[in-house]
Amino acid sequence: MGFRHKDIIALKDLNKEEIQLLLDTADSLSEINRRDIKKVPTLRGKTVINLFYEASTRTRTSFEIAAKRLSADAVNITASTSSVTKGETLSDTANNLLAMKPDIIVMRHSISGAHEYLAKRVSCSVINAGDGAHEHPSQGLLDMLTMRQKFGKLEGLKVAIVGDITHSRVARSDIYGLTTMGAHVFLAGPPTMMPIGIERLGNVTVCKDMREAVDQADVVMMLRIQLERQGKTLLPSMREYARYFGLNPAVLALAKKDAIVMHPGPINRGVELSSFVADCDQSHILKQVENGVAVRMAMLYHVCGGEPVE
Amino acid sequence: MNLLIKGGRVIDPSQGIDETMDILIADGVILELGKGLGSPEGFQVIDASGLLVTPGLIDMHVHLRDPGLEYKEDIATGSRAAAAGGFTSVACMPNTSPVIDNKAVASYVVNKAMSEALVNVFPVGAITKGSKGESLAEMGDLKEAGCVAVSDDGKPVCSTELMRRALEYAKGVGITVISHSEDLALVGEGVMNEGFVSTELGLKGIPWAAEDIAVAREVYLAEFAGAPVHIAHISTVGSARIIRNAKARGVKVTCETAPHYFTLTDEAVRGYNTNAKMNPPLRSDADVAAMKAGLADGTIDAIATDHAPHHLDEKDVEFNLALNGIVGLETSLPLSLKLVEEGVLDLKGLVSVMSCNPAKILGIDRGTLRAGAVADVTIIDPAKEWDVDAAKLESKSKNSPFIGWKVKGKAVYTVVKGQVVYQA
Repeated sequence: MGFRHKDIIALKDLNKEEIQLLLDTADSLSEINRRDIKKVPTLRGKTVINLFYEASTRTRTSFEIAAKRLSADAVNITASTSSVTKGETLSDTANNLLAMKPDIIVMRHSISGAHEYLAKRVSCSVINAGDGAHEHPSQGLLDMLTMRQKFGKLEGLKVAIVGDITHSRVARSDIYGLTTMGAHVFLAGPPTMMPIGIERLGNVTVCKDMREAVDQADVVMMLRIQLERQGKTLLPSMREYARYFGLNPAVLALAKKDAIVMHPGPINRGVELSSFVADCDQSHILKQVENGVAVRMAMLYHVCGGEPVE
Repeated sequence: MNLLIKGGRVIDPSQGIDETMDILIADGVILELGKGLGSPEGFQVIDASGLLVTPGLIDMHVHLRDPGLEYKEDIATGSRAAAAGGFTSVACMPNTSPVIDNKAVASYVVNKAMSEALVNVFPVGAITKGSKGESLAEMGDLKEAGCVAVSDDGKPVCSTELMRRALEYAKGVGITVISHSEDLALVGEGVMNEGFVSTELGLKGIPWAAEDIAVAREVYLAEFAGAPVHIAHISTVGSARIIRNAKARGVKVTCETAPHYFTLTDEAVRGYNTNAKMNPPLRSDADVAAMKAGLADGTIDAIATDHAPHHLDEKDVEFNLALNGIVGLETSLPLSLKLVEEGVLDLKGLVSVMSCNPAKILGIDRGTLRAGAVADVTIIDPAKEWDVDAAKLESKSKNSPFIGWKVKGKAVYTVVKGQVVYQA
């Protein structure tokens, strides 16, 4: 089957076959990343603009490397150096970029829905590299790829997601992707960070206690706490957060023996994860980063029509 | 112009009338109501058979954006939209630029309306200077200049102490205080109703408690000060319950809701639809039901539109950046008539909340077809079906979630002071 979407805005929009296709493609493309010469001509002549309205190193670099390994020309624009600081609207920025005939705009934006807005107004493909607290589909896909590589399947997996669910676009994409693929998601976090009706997004169980979520889990996904934003009213202190919602060896021991630990990064050592857990054999955090490149190659490839890989 | 409106179904709750009658109008005043009235020479005759004839509709909460923001709307265009919607009177909010917080600005509105408006325009003055919530505006002067109420609409008076003094002072002046009830700390950076849809869209939510808490404060202050208060645009189960209870124990509180709050839920925001972004936000099914129940049992006194025109550029942006508000003058009547179809209100009830009650709350001599009253009359074809088409709206702005809807019911004649100012 082919990929029928012009854009990739949200995993909510993708069905099981489409997610499967993206993961399978990523699996096959990941071999390129291990070659001595890490480049194929698949997207030669295509132009990818990375339009980043929010600071990001890993996602932007990952998309840039992904584009380059497929021989596309990648251009990076960051908001602090763009016309945004001169008051240009997103619509005007998009039109100006469009006049330069890019094939794909990869965008990160702090406002939920900004990609939907953009995609309706431009003829080129739009890939969401994170919008507000809405979705982060490439992260969701790389998380799923990492799990699938470890367990061979996603169906029936028990995945615990712990932390600030309310503000997490990663959590939403993981929930949509995983539940579409037949996994069961267990959420835990302070009640101040658990949004209304989250359990209605799919096969999701909200747990009162982190230990309940981690118990017999195949995957423990710890979310980043934004120290700068959440100190004021959502939490009494980082110390208390680490004590009740941080992953330490004792809590991890509740999970299945071969469970893996994941985190979208960047990690706050000693807050979401103890250093021991972050660096233990079960930690797949760097594997996630590695898979990020392959997944993004697959996304770029499929929105461009999916020509054969050489 | 002298008029004979013949054979319409006259509905006037102020006189307990619901029957087929004629109305004779001369020199801007209603001369006589009766059956089989002859048409004196020189009178224009409107055949109203099959139509409803009501006291002119009154929208007690609109934004005409004049002075200062005329690129969105001005007194002339806003009044044309009002006339096309069947409204003979509107009360316009003071969050203009400059704010209507003194006699000079109020007089500007009154004078401009006199020369340019098709309908009666009653300005609402600010409660506090600049609507900054710091010190009381000159309410005596505002009233003298023609203001019919005071409100810092768009934002609450945050200081409870200042609100107390505003209610006490306004009571002395004899002017209605209209409260925009919202606890801003709870609203935070919220941009839509807090609920399942905000969770799914990843947008920051505004909890219903932000409204309920503020409404409760106004009710207690009004009770304490022994002064009336009118709560603008209520949207929640809790607000309706608090006001219902307060009324039962004799507190002088009145309130309004808007057609969108009994027609739409936060589901309308899906797709990040900025034309569904307003304040208070569109809520849940339970809240919509509560608005209907509140209208049915008289808890909610008035339907007002909160007509809030914004330029396309202010809505055609990312959701968080879009301004709050929708235009409502031209869609209010069909959306409200639907309440009659659904059995929420009878026609008398509808005319009460869209004409008689707003007149009473604002203390204006309108909302009646009594002989001797100013001849403000709306003639409605309740069966007329039409499409809400942006190109045909009289308002300068087109920010409505109802664009493209098929609706039923339309004002076919709007008569202000005996003059036909709009004819469909």
